[in-house]
Amino acid sequence: MTKILTRAGLAILAALIGVYLILPVLIVVPMSFSDSSFLTFPPGELSLRWFRNLVEDPVWIGSALASLKVALLSAVSSVVLGVLASLALVRGRMPFRNTIIAILLAPLIVPYVIIGLASYIVFLQLGLTQTTLGFVLVHTCLAVPYVVINVVAGLVSVDRRVEMAAMSLGAGPVTTFFQVTLPLILPSVLSGGLFAFFISWDEVVTAIFLSGPELTTLPVQMWSGIRVQIDPTVAAISTIVMLVIFGSFIVLGLTRLIRQLAHRRSATNSSATNTGA
Amino acid sequence: MTADLETPAAKTSTGAPISIGAVSKKYGDNTVLESVDLDVRAGEFLTLLGASGSGKSTLLNIVAGFTRPTSGTVQVDGRDITSLPPHKRGFGMVFQHYALFPHMSVADNVAFPLKRQKVAKPEIRRRVAEALELVELGDLGGRRPSELSGGQQQRVALARAIVFRPRVLLMDEPLGALDKLLREQLQLEIRRLHQEMGITFVFVTHDQDEALTMSDRIALLRDGRIVQLGTPEQLYAEPNCRYTAEFVGASNIFTGAVRGTSFADEVNGRSYRITGDADQSGKSLMIRPERLGIASADAPVPDTAEHVEAVVEDCIYLGSSRTVQLRTPAGQLLVARTDVPRDPDEVVPGARVKAFWDVRDACVLD
Repeated sequence: MTKILTRAGLAILAALIGVYLILPVLIVVPMSFSDSSFLTFPPGELSLRWFRNLVEDPVWIGSALASLKVALLSAVSSVVLGVLASLALVRGRMPFRNTIIAILLAPLIVPYVIIGLASYIVFLQLGLTQTTLGFVLVHTCLAVPYVVINVVAGLVSVDRRVEMAAMSLGAGPVTTFFQVTLPLILPSVLSGGLFAFFISWDEVVTAIFLSGPELTTLPVQMWSGIRVQIDPTVAAISTIVMLVIFGSFIVLGLTRLIRQLAHRRSATNSSATNTGA
Repeated sequence: MTADLETPAAKTSTGAPISIGAVSKKYGDNTVLESVDLDVRAGEFLTLLGASGSGKSTLLNIVAGFTRPTSGTVQVDGRDITSLPPHKRGFGMVFQHYALFPHMSVADNVAFPLKRQKVAKPEIRRRVAEALELVELGDLGGRRPSELSGGQQQRVALARAIVFRPRVLLMDEPLGALDKLLREQLQLEIRRLHQEMGITFVFVTHDQDEALTMSDRIALLRDGRIVQLGTPEQLYAEPNCRYTAEFVGASNIFTGAVRGTSFADEVNGRSYRITGDADQSGKSLMIRPERLGIASADAPVPDTAEHVEAVVEDCIYLGSSRTVQLRTPAGQLLVARTDVPRDPDEVVPGARVKAFWDVRDACVLD
């Protein structure tokens, strides 16, 4: 009896934590479908007018595209840099390894305000504020630690002897990486890249420093939007931002599922032919 | 890159000689290999035998190119390859834990070295099938390595290592992860492959039985040096030191000193005749178990034999032979391997007997 009570209590607690975690979604998404001209909850009359407003307003579209571009480029460059750094850290023999790791992971603990301020001061002189390059440089710096953490974990689990075998079979270091190592660490590279994409996609602190009339990312646009107008357009854009995030997780999950299914099918095929023979 | 490989596809593979000259390897203050000289003959099956930490795997990795020696050279066919990276050496290699590519099918694993050599596709298909046939895995090409048993995986690794017709095949304890029966079966298969291919095999193991079964010659390593290099027969019958005698096969060793043509056994307080030309600085006398005979305590021993009294402790029946454990009055344990007599004899636990040996079968060692 007490066992059942404990289990029921735990279930309720888990449900409450779950609700707490998705509370922003529960509030913002219904508000975005509201017909009211003000941010209200519960939404009352439902309509798509704020989404229409969004599509018709070039400012939102522009900043969304800018954000997407910055996030994709940041993800790609931080994956390239992060994978290279991880290879060196795991496979290489080098002095000051711990110091290098500390420096690589520093963006995790240095406050974003400081990074934003510092890059603003320097980029102002270099003319890099309000440019895609400037955003990508800063966001890559913020995202590299996430890629490194993921990829190092993946690399450690790859048997060094598999790479040695490839080399003994005539594959140089580059061929060995692309033919053997990369396929084996691909899941960690992908999740590192996904992290990097989101770091950039919803980063607002450094982006405020770097944004301006020339280039403003979506989170900054939302932040300034809510200060001048409190209509539900911001809720609509929040819904879209979250859709992008959920969408990419679903795509990632689907690719894994498809790969597993393909793997299982090839396994059953080969065992079928085997029993046939 | 393919130009550096020693094995163009058309060439029939013949073994290459390997010459290791004064190779040392140090990690900081820790010396793993101490000036090792070793000439592996073309086409021979050479085993590097040693306990863990003897430096045998390090030596193999130096030959493979994965480890740079601190000093010394490695030559193949008279060409210095000490600083040549592994992928340009063209040696096949088999690892203890198979090291198959888990993301590729068996056939793709075997095709890997051929693709690196840019062999034409139909040719690849033919040679992959041929190699899989050679290791008796003809119909498993479509499987993933994870769907195979350990023995099958190691066969795939073998096929992958020989499919590009290397002139040297290196094996790092390839059978270490397999159970006994499978190990013995694969030992014979690897021997057969060696005879069929005629290429140079360098095999690393810590298992002396495996070394005796498979090798043309064995190099016994200890603490980074080669203790003895010779045929299995030489290592077993003519060990050059007490370490070899104890490492290769079972042995009975008396400790004492050589006095002219006799050996004074300090533990058992006896003196035995030895053959004339023994090393006067010898401190031990070794007799193999199968050279030790057992006679009842009151029976005379032959003129050419020496003996020590002992009590039978245990008698282990092995089918074709038996192993008798004896203890001398001074407490030393001896082991004899004898034929099983047709009728039960006096060799039963507790019996007082003489353990005797022909003087020519006793070997004086350091």
